[in-house]
Amino acid sequence: MIKAIIAFLVKVFYQLASPKHFYRIAGKLIPWFGWFAAVLLIAGSIDGLFIAPVDYQQGDSYRIIFIHVPAAWMSMFIYMVMATSGAIALIWKIKLADVIASSSAPIGAAFTFLALVTGSIWGKPMWGTWWVWDARLTSELILLFLYLGYMALESAIEDPRAAARACAILAIVGVVNIPIIHYSVEWWNTLHQGATVSKMDKPSIHLSMLIPLLLMAVGFKLYYAAAVLSRARNKVLLTEQNRTWVKEVVGLESGVKHG
Amino acid sequence: MTPKRKNRLILVLLIIVGSGLAIALGAMALKENIQYYLSPLDVKAGKAPEGQTFRLAGLVANDSVKRDKNGLTVHFDITDNVETITVTYTGILPDLFREGQGIVATGKLEGVVADGKPHFMAEEVLAKHDENYMPPPVQDALDNAEKVNAERVKAAGEKTQ
Repeated sequence: MIKAIIAFLVKVFYQLASPKHFYRIAGKLIPWFGWFAAVLLIAGSIDGLFIAPVDYQQGDSYRIIFIHVPAAWMSMFIYMVMATSGAIALIWKIKLADVIASSSAPIGAAFTFLALVTGSIWGKPMWGTWWVWDARLTSELILLFLYLGYMALESAIEDPRAAARACAILAIVGVVNIPIIHYSVEWWNTLHQGATVSKMDKPSIHLSMLIPLLLMAVGFKLYYAAAVLSRARNKVLLTEQNRTWVKEVVGLESGVKHG
Repeated sequence: MTPKRKNRLILVLLIIVGSGLAIALGAMALKENIQYYLSPLDVKAGKAPEGQTFRLAGLVANDSVKRDKNGLTVHFDITDNVETITVTYTGILPDLFREGQGIVATGKLEGVVADGKPHFMAEEVLAKHDENYMPPPVQDALDNAEKVNAERVKAAGEKTQ
């Protein structure tokens, strides 16, 4: 029984790894992810901006956490996806893993930038400064540079296979930065406060504020899923453009449009 | 897993372990420099560079904030509940500054003022807010519970006497 389940999962895995099936399955999944993301983001924003109570210390200003915290989580999550895909691509030579990694990079960079900018806007009134070079802020800035470096490296190498391999190695080396970002507030003295939700202890946030935060976090994740799959679909079409299945898909789709 | 894939897996793990080790050694060597601030305890232990700018952090001690009448100069004590250092600052304080609040001050320890202790002359004061988020009524309830509890402890103490 267990053997049959494993065999089935392996089959699904290999099917997903084939560009043709990936293109078809991703096309079906994207609208689901996209619509659920939209619903959750709208619900989370309304809850976060209008329903959640003010903070005892920061008043209304704390509401920026509903963007800042999910964006910062995504910046780390997407990097982990890139590093994992990079490792899979290096070890099993699955081309689709490279496609997922390179499709993730600009989205991850955007979330990192968003986390840095919202943190800065929050820092000015709350801390009294836009920026400090403490361990948390600096390591998050390094993450932004890792994303930008990844994209620069990818476009600097002409041979796509060599580029993918170099990028995978860069992503794997850079993964060291992720635990540093997460634990920076524990390992060193920082101006940034400690972890509120992602810690072993009970979250130190009131339930009425935690709910919109989690709605936004799941909404961001689903948005990423939809965005990365659409980007990956386009890339798959480009890299496989000489295959018959792509010609069929493109011919069929344009045929439907013109018909 | 084919031997080729196994080798590549080992290579990937080696990259992660190797770069992790390098970063860990570097971070350990730089541990003191990565610290964003020192506590009053660190300063009393002599960790503060003499005559140079550093950051000092702690809580603003209760009933210690005094404002000079003629200007923006403020004097207050920073404490880590063990040691206390008096800070003098001229300028605009952040919104969250108040007694009991965690703050980070940048400045220098300067010679002996009237009371014989070195004062910390701050050039910049930043507020450090905590990781707790809760609506004001909850905070009121918590304060209230603390008060009730303190009274209970007091009453119990009186009973035993």
